[in-house]
Amino acid sequence: MSKRTIIPFGPQHPVLPEPLHLDLVVEDEIVVEAVPSIGFIHRGLEKLVEKKDFNEFVYVAERICGICSCIHGMTYCQGVEEIMNLQVPGRAKYLRTIWGEFSRIHSHLLWLGLAADAFGFESLFMHSWRIREKILDIIEETTGGRVIFGTSKVGGVRRDVTNERLKEISVLLKTYAGEIKEVTDIFLNDNSVKHRLCGVGVLSKDDALMLGAVGPMLRASGVAQDMRKLGYAAYNDIPVEPIIDQSGDCYGRCVVRIKEVFQAIDIIQRAVDKIPDGPIDMKVTGFPNGEFFARTEQPRGEVIYYIRGNGTKHLQRMRVRTPTFANLPAILKVIPGCSVADIPILLLTIDPCISCTER
Amino acid sequence: MSLFAFTKTVLGSMVSKPATRMYPFEVREAFPGTRGSIAIEIEKCIYCTLCARKCPTSAIVVNKAARSWEIDRLRCISCRACVEACPKDCLSQLTSYSPAVAIKGGKDFFHHPAPKVAAAPGAAPAQG
Repeated sequence: MSKRTIIPFGPQHPVLPEPLHLDLVVEDEIVVEAVPSIGFIHRGLEKLVEKKDFNEFVYVAERICGICSCIHGMTYCQGVEEIMNLQVPGRAKYLRTIWGEFSRIHSHLLWLGLAADAFGFESLFMHSWRIREKILDIIEETTGGRVIFGTSKVGGVRRDVTNERLKEISVLLKTYAGEIKEVTDIFLNDNSVKHRLCGVGVLSKDDALMLGAVGPMLRASGVAQDMRKLGYAAYNDIPVEPIIDQSGDCYGRCVVRIKEVFQAIDIIQRAVDKIPDGPIDMKVTGFPNGEFFARTEQPRGEVIYYIRGNGTKHLQRMRVRTPTFANLPAILKVIPGCSVADIPILLLTIDPCISCTER
Repeated sequence: MSLFAFTKTVLGSMVSKPATRMYPFEVREAFPGTRGSIAIEIEKCIYCTLCARKCPTSAIVVNKAARSWEIDRLRCISCRACVEACPKDCLSQLTSYSPAVAIKGGKDFFHHPAPKVAAAPGAAPAQG
């Protein structure tokens, strides 16, 4: 029997920009167990809810994560609106949907780049981020921020985009879709990419369900679960079919994300066609009193906000369950049996966001 | 097909211009709606302290008695809450970010009318 050794992985690692630490128990080159430790960047954002006005807390919620910023703010606002029984204007709902899908495109392109970087395909990484920059330009032009959109507020959105500009953006996205396809075809067809991704970290459908995986991790194992089916924001009018893949390996997760980029472009185009005119926000009076679980689909998976108000301007409790936290048990399940060299790309396929997870 | 999947992109990159800019010499133009740093027209300010109360990071300090308004650029998150709250529209948001600083804690200080005593801006009683 070979000798067991423990290799520390992270919290500082060239592949992961985020501080996730794993103790890898290895036998020769094969990992037999992984022990995670998180909590390096706890910021105490949930506690802040007792000090900030519930309207001000939107700014904090948006800064829980840099990449899913828009959907974090949106989920928080939807939760508070649900408690206060506010009927948000239709145009605000559509704008939220459009910006949410833009954040999905830029997050997935970011992930594709990072994944290419992790398996050593540097030029593919640069091409993914070159296209992502164009998406970020559209985001900055319409919202005012590149990654922190700052458009959410309780009762609507803070900025409007003219219908003409939305139409132009919709046309622009069509040309970008061609460019994205050129890059994603390489992910799907190139031998070296397949060599690193196919058959690595296979998660079965039953395991994915039992371990509570969410997002592309779950859908790549063949479970059609997508929180957008709940019909929040404008997803009632724009039905979304969850994208699934049966393979359950790293390649499957890559395929799901690539298809979701094109699905997001399609959703934006349909939303632009259907967007109603009218006000973008409403007057909010009174304070939230009650509790609600808000669930939305982030690029990384399902996020849950538990919000409880007690009739004062400060909320009593807020709790966030982020997709990375839900995916950690699943990734620990698939790590044993992998070689040490596969660990970085395997970890990346859950799209880990540790600052979300530790808040 | 799979052997030459990248060929088209490689050839395209060889003949196209670089996707990046020569940064300090060529600066990207900001979009009109970009949320940059906060500017104030201090002559119009009535020192109502609404902006300071709306600021989620307490970056703005207003002293009504001393008629002064100051902002800590490193605390400011460019959220635009102060600009939206200002009743006299004397606050505005630039499209450029505030320049980098070497020392933390430096504050941009505005006072109207300008103090007659040659007091240094940092020494003014603005810690309201």
